[in-house]
Amino acid sequence: MEFSIYDFSSFTAWIDQSLRAAMSPGLAVAIEMLIIGVAILIFYAIVGLFLVYAERKVCALMQNRLGPNRVGPGGMFQTIADLVKLLFVELVPIKNADKILFSLAPYIVIIASFMAMGALPFAKGLHAIDLNIGVFYLMAVSSMGVVGVLLAGWASNNKYSLIGAMRSGAQIVSYELSVGMSLVTIVVLAGTMQLSEIVQAQQYGWFIFRGHIPALIAFIIFIVASTAETNRGPFDLAEAESELTAGFHTEYSGIRFAFFFLAEYINMFIVAAIATTVFFGGWMPFNVYGWEGFNKVMNFIPPFIWFLGKTGALIFLIMWFKWTFPRLRIDQLLTLEWKYFLPINIINVLIMALIVLLGWHW
Amino acid sequence: MEVKEKKVGLENEEYIINMGPQHPSTHGVLRLVVALKGEIVQRVEPHIGYIHRGIEKMCENLTYQQIIHLTDRMDYLSAHINNEAVCLTVEKALEIEVPERVKYIRTIMSELTRIQSHQLFWATFGMDLGGLTCFFYGLRDREKVLDIFEESCGGRMIVSYNTPGGLMNDIHPNFQNRVKEFLKYFRGVIHEYDDLLTGNVIFQERSKGMGVMTKEEAIAWGLTGPTGRASGFSCDIRKHNPYSAYDKVAFREILYTEGDVFHRYLARMEEMRESMNIIDQLIDNIPEGPYTAKMKPVIKLPEGEYFQSVETARGELGVFIVSDGNKNPYRVKFRSPNFVNLAPLNLMARGSKIADLVAIGGSLDLIIPDIDR
Repeated sequence: MEFSIYDFSSFTAWIDQSLRAAMSPGLAVAIEMLIIGVAILIFYAIVGLFLVYAERKVCALMQNRLGPNRVGPGGMFQTIADLVKLLFVELVPIKNADKILFSLAPYIVIIASFMAMGALPFAKGLHAIDLNIGVFYLMAVSSMGVVGVLLAGWASNNKYSLIGAMRSGAQIVSYELSVGMSLVTIVVLAGTMQLSEIVQAQQYGWFIFRGHIPALIAFIIFIVASTAETNRGPFDLAEAESELTAGFHTEYSGIRFAFFFLAEYINMFIVAAIATTVFFGGWMPFNVYGWEGFNKVMNFIPPFIWFLGKTGALIFLIMWFKWTFPRLRIDQLLTLEWKYFLPINIINVLIMALIVLLGWHW
Repeated sequence: MEVKEKKVGLENEEYIINMGPQHPSTHGVLRLVVALKGEIVQRVEPHIGYIHRGIEKMCENLTYQQIIHLTDRMDYLSAHINNEAVCLTVEKALEIEVPERVKYIRTIMSELTRIQSHQLFWATFGMDLGGLTCFFYGLRDREKVLDIFEESCGGRMIVSYNTPGGLMNDIHPNFQNRVKEFLKYFRGVIHEYDDLLTGNVIFQERSKGMGVMTKEEAIAWGLTGPTGRASGFSCDIRKHNPYSAYDKVAFREILYTEGDVFHRYLARMEEMRESMNIIDQLIDNIPEGPYTAKMKPVIKLPEGEYFQSVETARGELGVFIVSDGNKNPYRVKFRSPNFVNLAPLNLMARGSKIADLVAIGGSLDLIIPDIDR
């Protein structure tokens, strides 16, 4: 077996073969699923904890503060300490709440984000499942989270929560359209929905460069709409702590609250990862056709570093939004989507189709 | 007896929520009972009194020097100006002329108080609208003013620096330098406030045309301070009825005609700049002399009624004292600007969204202890 950090396909194939050699195919598949599940779970937890820490540091940077700096070097273990605290916090029972839905809601939110994780290509060959409708699958799965938010607001038996949930429902359903349309723009350019092929097609030039103007418009709309879809930044109307105290998760405590909290950060990671994959070449290094020496240096950096680096940069951008802009109002939010983004998007898709037909892209 | 079930059509049913007394954007223990229809506010009913301490009644059993310390606890962001109001009333009743030095220092201190109050307004207003970063920028600069207070007065927020007849003690020798340093610093960073919030498109969309009060309405409801002046009601006591050293300085009364949230905000931003100009004119010319007039240890006001109003950071604070000749006042009444400014909230917020209600409430810059007293 040869192991290389540049191509994981031989490594995963070796695991597959040795499992199949040792046991029946059915059992091998079951064990593979288990391994992948555990690996994603661990990655999920690490990313979640790291992003919470990163957000606190970024926010401190924006606000002239130091941020967490007591637990561990540079406050690294602050989020772990917070998590341990949240684990021990009492799950406050809510009077007249719909108990089943109330406990179910955080799991729906977290499962939705968990499922999206499986389809992301982290590096060459490091891909839990490579669906031929990858983009479509990501869209479908990431919009499932709203069900959890709606249930949380409804089941809490709290008026603030209900307002928050209703806002979130209107918001996510609207912005889902923009996210979808901006991804469709790139799908038109790429000619495929399979994420691995989309990444592969960007070897000499990421789609944001190859699709020039329409791709850039699509990217801007995607990043704004997906910020709205994850209930973050200037679009956090569902939580809106100055209006609705904490919106849909007002009544949640302990580990259930932690689930909502974690899911928010993972969703941010997922949208940044989708943007990376679709617009910025995923794990592909930055290569320019013909510049052999330059490409060699770029290729020396392992693909998963490229992937995480690009995703990190986009996450920083999303955090930057949050800590700079005031919040929009619900009617302005919907106006922005239905009167501006959607028409621009539809025209943008048409322009992209025209460009692809005439071959005006690089 | 048969109980008839009252049928309420769903479309006419109001959704009533309680904002407060424990709510992040009521800035204290104010309770707003809000009747909603979807997101639209139908009716706002402020319920006050959660922090009522009976300050006016307590004053009846205290001497005039002791009353000063209670007034700090009313509008705690204008603590110095509240003190000054009582002192001016007592001095007026006793017909004492305070030394020039005291007048200058009081004016400078009042303007510093106004600046730090507006800084906190800016900080919390940004936070009300969801811009959390504003809070830290505002507090960062406010800290510098509080340090100046601490050096001269001993207190940071609850200063109690005035006494009837003068000041508690002389200013710190470093006072003038510190103030000049602060002015230089703040002139350099105040543009950050505009960069972060004033010029932001989302902020302008959120605040322009919201909670409009016309000039007539503002006068009818008795709105004062930046809230009233944003509607075009010229009500600056410093201009119309100068006290302390305000007759010696040239400054502009900030007047707008729009009367919406955005212009209330702008009025406060401009007032900060005007306050800095006022301090500029005074800080180098503080006359030498005693820091207090000669006063008897026990102050007894002659029988009669006395009134003096001052311009706090939020509007007109009136102090009305009825004396029966004893060392305690017979009755004290404070006309607090916040109580009056809160009154038309229903009028302003009706028909807008919940988010606008928060913005309108924030633009009134309410201090709840001043409402309840």
